[in-house]
Amino acid sequence: MELKVSDLTVARGGIPVLENVSFTVPAGQALVLRGANGIGKTTLLRTLAGLQPEQSGQIDCPEDESAYASHADGVKSQLTVEENLRFWADVYGNQVPDTIYEQFDLVDLRQRAAGTLSAGQKRRLGLSRLGVIGRKVLFLDEPTVSLDRFSVKLFADFLQHQHLNQGGIAVIATHIDLGLDAPEMDLEPFRAAPDAAGGSDEAFL
Amino acid sequence: MIALLLRDLRLAVRAGGGFGLGLAFFLIVIVLVPFGVGPDKTVLEPIAPGILWVAALLSCLLSLDRIFALDFEDGSLALLATSPLPLEAASVTKAVAHWLTTGLPLTIAAPALGVLLHMKTDAYAYLTLSLALGTPALSIIGAFGAALTVGLKRGGLLLSLLVLPLYVPTLVFGAEAVRRGAEGMDATTPFVMLAGITFGAFALLPFASGAALRVNLK
Repeated sequence: MELKVSDLTVARGGIPVLENVSFTVPAGQALVLRGANGIGKTTLLRTLAGLQPEQSGQIDCPEDESAYASHADGVKSQLTVEENLRFWADVYGNQVPDTIYEQFDLVDLRQRAAGTLSAGQKRRLGLSRLGVIGRKVLFLDEPTVSLDRFSVKLFADFLQHQHLNQGGIAVIATHIDLGLDAPEMDLEPFRAAPDAAGGSDEAFL
Repeated sequence: MIALLLRDLRLAVRAGGGFGLGLAFFLIVIVLVPFGVGPDKTVLEPIAPGILWVAALLSCLLSLDRIFALDFEDGSLALLATSPLPLEAASVTKAVAHWLTTGLPLTIAAPALGVLLHMKTDAYAYLTLSLALGTPALSIIGAFGAALTVGLKRGGLLLSLLVLPLYVPTLVFGAEAVRRGAEGMDATTPFVMLAGITFGAFALLPFASGAALRVNLK
């Protein structure tokens, strides 16, 4: 199992932002995407996750194995922490493993309504979703926003031990050092030429 | 699908979920009509089926924009789109949840409110049946409109403009079935048309909603 991307061009609002991106991530490896704000990290991740079509190029990703985590957590504030996780587990046909609450330091918060959590706690809940859905290929967009140093460490440990060491793949866009033993890729050389034209009707579709 | 349905129902009945909002609106409109047109039986009786149907339709409209907007705002919709659940199934499920929290309570409450409008006794069974057959169509058509306008700021007005014309057939045949029932005429034809619209909408519109959501998530 591996994730192979060749000559990928991605566009936002019909305007190409990254051109000819190519990389391969083997099983058990992570790839960290680097680049200034607005370079197209989110667009690239959304394209990889299948939320928007690529302009050209090829993505070879194992079928039905990918999951996406965005800036927004998708946490329902009226539901409790447990209910939120159980919902995502059910959608993916899985059980919620009991260890997940310890891995993300949520043990004391299980019965709390998600609306009463702090931003960092909510983020931890959103990230713990990745542990219950059982997907092998993760596309993570700024997973550590609003996490403190301790929580970043928790998340990095989870990623390393529960995901990558089990043969998982992760593509992570981040500005901080997660402490993972992963290659980094700077997206600057792939920046699309400013006059590159997109598909004519792309902006309206 | 069951998980999503249970979650939506749970969200609807929790604080701020909006359950009962449509029902309360329905109640208020029906109570206000006799104040507006006067308590005269000869005036109220013939317009009762139409008023009840129009009020039911407007109450359905009230909560439509919540179907997808809340999930879009907190990011769950994008996460659902990348989950094993197809967006078509998600839109059916959400329409069903919307019906269970709006259409079904309206159907149950309508006969009680018919009394306020001096509706003929014969018409009560027709009213319940026509609402039970027709309101699911309102939810699934509404879900399509909500899918089209999700992500738009102030999409609610546009949603109403898009959806109300599509509601006309359901309204016409629903009110006609009750009117015929009240006058002791055969109401088979409007009932068959009503059922046809509902089943047709459930069979076709989820695909349109799914496609619209995919475009809006890009």
